[in-house]
Amino acid sequence: MGRFLLSRLVDGIVAIWGVVTIVFVVSRLLGDPAILLLPVGATEEQLQQLRAGLGLDQPIWEQYLTFLGGVVRGDFGNSFQFMRPALSVVLERMPATMALAESALLVGVVLGAVAGSMAALFRGTIVEGVVMLLALLGQATPVFWLGLLLILLFAVDLGLLPTGGYEGPASLILPALTLGTFTTASIARLLRSGMLDVMKDDHVRTARAKGLLPGTVFLWHVARNSLIPVVTMVGILAGELLGGSVVTETVFSWPGVGRLIVQAMEAKDFPVVQAGVMVIATIFVVINLFVDLLYGLLDPRIRARR
Amino acid sequence: MALLAIEDLSVGFAREGRFARVIPGLTYGVEAGETLGIVGESGSGKSVHALALLGLLPQPPGRILGGRAVFDGHDLLAMSEARLRDLRGGRIGMIFQDPMTALNPVLTIGRQIAEPLMRHKAMSMRQALDRAADLLALVGIRDGARRLSQYPHEFSGGMRQRVMIAIAISCEPALLIADEPTTALDVTVQGQILDLMAELRDRLRMTMVWITHDMGVVAGIADTIQVMYAGRIMERGPVDAVFANPRSAYTYGLLQSLPHGSRPPGGRLMQIPGCPPDMFAPPPGDPFAPRNPFATPRCHVEAPPLRPVPDSVPGHMVAAWYDLPRLLA
Repeated sequence: MGRFLLSRLVDGIVAIWGVVTIVFVVSRLLGDPAILLLPVGATEEQLQQLRAGLGLDQPIWEQYLTFLGGVVRGDFGNSFQFMRPALSVVLERMPATMALAESALLVGVVLGAVAGSMAALFRGTIVEGVVMLLALLGQATPVFWLGLLLILLFAVDLGLLPTGGYEGPASLILPALTLGTFTTASIARLLRSGMLDVMKDDHVRTARAKGLLPGTVFLWHVARNSLIPVVTMVGILAGELLGGSVVTETVFSWPGVGRLIVQAMEAKDFPVVQAGVMVIATIFVVINLFVDLLYGLLDPRIRARR
Repeated sequence: MALLAIEDLSVGFAREGRFARVIPGLTYGVEAGETLGIVGESGSGKSVHALALLGLLPQPPGRILGGRAVFDGHDLLAMSEARLRDLRGGRIGMIFQDPMTALNPVLTIGRQIAEPLMRHKAMSMRQALDRAADLLALVGIRDGARRLSQYPHEFSGGMRQRVMIAIAISCEPALLIADEPTTALDVTVQGQILDLMAELRDRLRMTMVWITHDMGVVAGIADTIQVMYAGRIMERGPVDAVFANPRSAYTYGLLQSLPHGSRPPGGRLMQIPGCPPDMFAPPPGDPFAPRNPFATPRCHVEAPPLRPVPDSVPGHMVAAWYDLPRLLA
């Protein structure tokens, strides 16, 4: 187990290294940052000065090593827009993104588990039909459109909730619902199909032959065995949500990481883009590690193989 | 008095808009203390009818069309699911064919044995686990206390079947239904499991219904043999009488297809030509008639009833229009 954890940790570090390297290469492929940064009509002297300032006059491998050294220390340089360390600009936006991601996940896991279980338990009935139809709609509805509809209904027409911004719990409700709809639908669909598969398994028949109550059969012999694909899905969704949901954040003027990175890209604020991408990659790696550990907890056969 | 009396049980299956009466009307009884061996090939209805009795038949596609199954004075088919649940795993135990899939892979063996004890004997988890360790010893698994915390993948096939047996007998059932419990096992392990089951049956005074396709297994464990084909009983009687003096051509064919001492080694075994009937379009008469070299014209048009064999021991019954010993003579 200790070796498994260590090897996973090394994998994660390699993945993060790969991501920052790609970001470095791409940002150098986009052309001379000095030309992009200085206003049109800047003199050659000014350009030289800025290149020297940014270290762009060094050979590319030296630039790369300097960049990697900075990454290790958490130093991505100053944001061109905010004139402050890029990493702290990104990290300042994390609480907003986390709040949104956590609420959307909570909505998705709770509602998705209930809806998916209902669909599986009442298979072949109207309940399954309704749940599956709603889930299909939930997955297919564009997030920006759903967000706008919710704003129209609850903020503009009913005036119950703010249209956007990041002030207090009330402002969280609509964006969390918007993002949670997709999460709910994905989890419900996956859980239902997983449960229907497990219900056909021989061991469920054994459980019923023991005379166990339906609730026991369902929780311990169906639900318990259907969790692995759901955990995988929740891990992926958590990574995506924590990486910032650009569309939702934009619709609700939510000051999260997703919107920050898109704005930084538009402004050619490379330090912020690089810091943001590294933060998201790290989040993905950590979540994947967590999901891997959960697999072991959920399935003794996986535990045994490690 | 019969512990289990099945009367005119009829079961059907729907598939792709067609309907098959896989069991057209089955009647038999099992006396308390008796071990009944039910023999038949796939599709003979031997497993399906057992699942139907216990409310474990997936419905749909299966459907119970009628009949009664009286266990200890109460009709299993008429009682509520809740009452049936009280019997399942309690007074009626069941063992299934494939021990590799019949246990839940993600729960400990201990929990899986403890479940019926907590459910039917109102034990706490602690008490149930203590009892589970005893049960493992009873089914010949040593070091039970340690193995309780292990998972099915840590057990071999034979060991898993022993665990299944421990589960099935945990609440000391009056009736144990074993659906091909040795079919998926190695031959040597089969023998061990057979011996174990016979010993437990005697010790716990269980009535047993043993479903198999293997005549040899029946000879080893059963008092009474019941040969089924296409959902019908072809022949039934005390094991010795039926083996010595088979009256159904199907029983005769099954016995002839077994290797045994009187036949020279290396020779070809007998086989029964043809395939079991398509139950979506069953033959009108005796379902075995199309494969039966002894079939009379009447066999092809009218299904024979199950009747006592006049010149054999009591309880020996056959469904045949022909007189097999005379035809063989």
